[in-house]
Amino acid sequence: MNQTLARPAAPPVETRQPSTVHLGLARAALETRMFFRERDAVIFTFAFPIIMLVLFGSIFSSQVEGTGLTVSQLYVAGLIGTAAMTGFQNLGITIAMDRDNGTLKRLAGTPLPRSAYFMGKALTTLFVSFFQVVILLVIGVTLFDLQLPSEAFRWFTFAWVFVLGVVGSSLLGVAISGLPRSAKSAGAVITLPFTVLQFISGVFIPVFTLPSWLVNIASLFPLKWMCQGFRSVFLGDAGATLELANSYELDRVALVLGAWTVGGLVLCLMTFRWKSRRDG
Amino acid sequence: MSTAVRVRGLTKRYGDVQAVAGIDLDIHAGEVFAILGPNGAGKSTTVEILEGHRTRDAGEVSVLGVDPGSPTRAWRSRIGIVPQTAEDVAETTVRETVRHFARYYPRSKDPDEVIELVGLTGKANSRIRQLSGGQRRRVDVALGVIGAPDLLFLDEPTTGFDPEARRRFWELIEGLARDGTTIVLTTHYLDEAEALAGRVAVVSAGRIVAEGDPASLGGRATAKAVVGWSEEGERRFLETDTPTTTVLELTGRFDGEVPGLTVTRPSLEDVYLGLIGTPA
Repeated sequence: MNQTLARPAAPPVETRQPSTVHLGLARAALETRMFFRERDAVIFTFAFPIIMLVLFGSIFSSQVEGTGLTVSQLYVAGLIGTAAMTGFQNLGITIAMDRDNGTLKRLAGTPLPRSAYFMGKALTTLFVSFFQVVILLVIGVTLFDLQLPSEAFRWFTFAWVFVLGVVGSSLLGVAISGLPRSAKSAGAVITLPFTVLQFISGVFIPVFTLPSWLVNIASLFPLKWMCQGFRSVFLGDAGATLELANSYELDRVALVLGAWTVGGLVLCLMTFRWKSRRDG
Repeated sequence: MSTAVRVRGLTKRYGDVQAVAGIDLDIHAGEVFAILGPNGAGKSTTVEILEGHRTRDAGEVSVLGVDPGSPTRAWRSRIGIVPQTAEDVAETTVRETVRHFARYYPRSKDPDEVIELVGLTGKANSRIRQLSGGQRRRVDVALGVIGAPDLLFLDEPTTGFDPEARRRFWELIEGLARDGTTIVLTTHYLDEAEALAGRVAVVSAGRIVAEGDPASLGGRATAKAVVGWSEEGERRFLETDTPTTTVLELTGRFDGEVPGLTVTRPSLEDVYLGLIGTPA
């Protein structure tokens, strides 16, 4: 091997680069492993929607007039929306940390393709969000009389709302990760818009009780549409009368989430920084 | 001897600051080359341009025959970078991390051999968070060499080391150099440059002010020697081109042993401080 080293002008042609998909999977495995080893973060990431569900479900146990649905069922659908949007918060914070602690710079110095890094983040997020949704569904079914849909098309709706929602909000998280000046401020910077969105998108407070100008603002962002999509899955036709349009508007849900996925990608490509601001 | 790094007329400006003001460099394949200079002299900027981490304003740069301004995966596979500070990959173990990074490269070394090489076999199953500063740095070196690079960049590798850890680190670097890896080292420590480097360049105010082997840098080998002795209760010094003659004269005068005899030439530090314009 020593003899082959001093040939600067002739890169080894015979050596093949590892495949991007394999590297993306390897990144996902590493990121997932690192995520689950950060025990306090794991506990709080999973505990947040669960505690909220138990709390709100227990406080508002009444029926929603004229629908046969309980308020707690509304919360299950809403909090699944929150779980699907975890990627926004997680990526916004973890990428800011990756930028600050040297991860991104180290990776930029290796032959790892950027797409493999993002694939790892996306897969980890899908996995973590999916895990959260499963826990929420189990709690919803056992404690709050949630009926799991039996029709295949509802599960199909669930699948596309979930995947488009997770991917779209993850891309939004990647884009916003450039906003905090450092990893220290990332938590504070990212939590505010996320919390506000939850309140105006129908997670904690039903949309029909919100003033229309707030709903108009929420309609610009994906969370409102994700919650609407999940309500269509878990509340069914009985709940459609609670929607502002008297329908779940699934076509618009698809349109807005699709637009966020494309727009989020463009936003990422335009704003993503591998270096921290201090590095110039 | 082939050239690993060739730089001509390199410049880089940040706002009003001319960080690099016209640098020429030739680093040969297989040598250990040290870049010395005070903070803000432009050495980090220069090295980051060579690493493909930073753009340049003007000049020709060729690293292993490739312009680092447009780095390719194949080129990245032949470069190893040991960054200055890193707190990333904390939750994974040494072995997991080295194995993971090995997957990025088309012709990586055996992870366990690399862990052995950096002396961390006993810590292979420890999480990186639990390692001492010196051990942590050895992980950085392991990740820098895992891809069997032709060219290794070491950025101030021993800052914060205790003397014993530095000595062991030097042995590690000497071993890599013996195996034929070209090494570009930036450091604050002159003894480190003297111990490791075949040639050094001193950078000051964005320019190279001296270049050569550490023993003769800045006319060190031919500089006047200072002969010192004690006479009539006080220290006497004489600067001379012919220290041997002076010592012989003194031997005659004292008829044998000269009290408190010393013969010194300027240390690398004296030469360095003279070069960067700081009074010694």
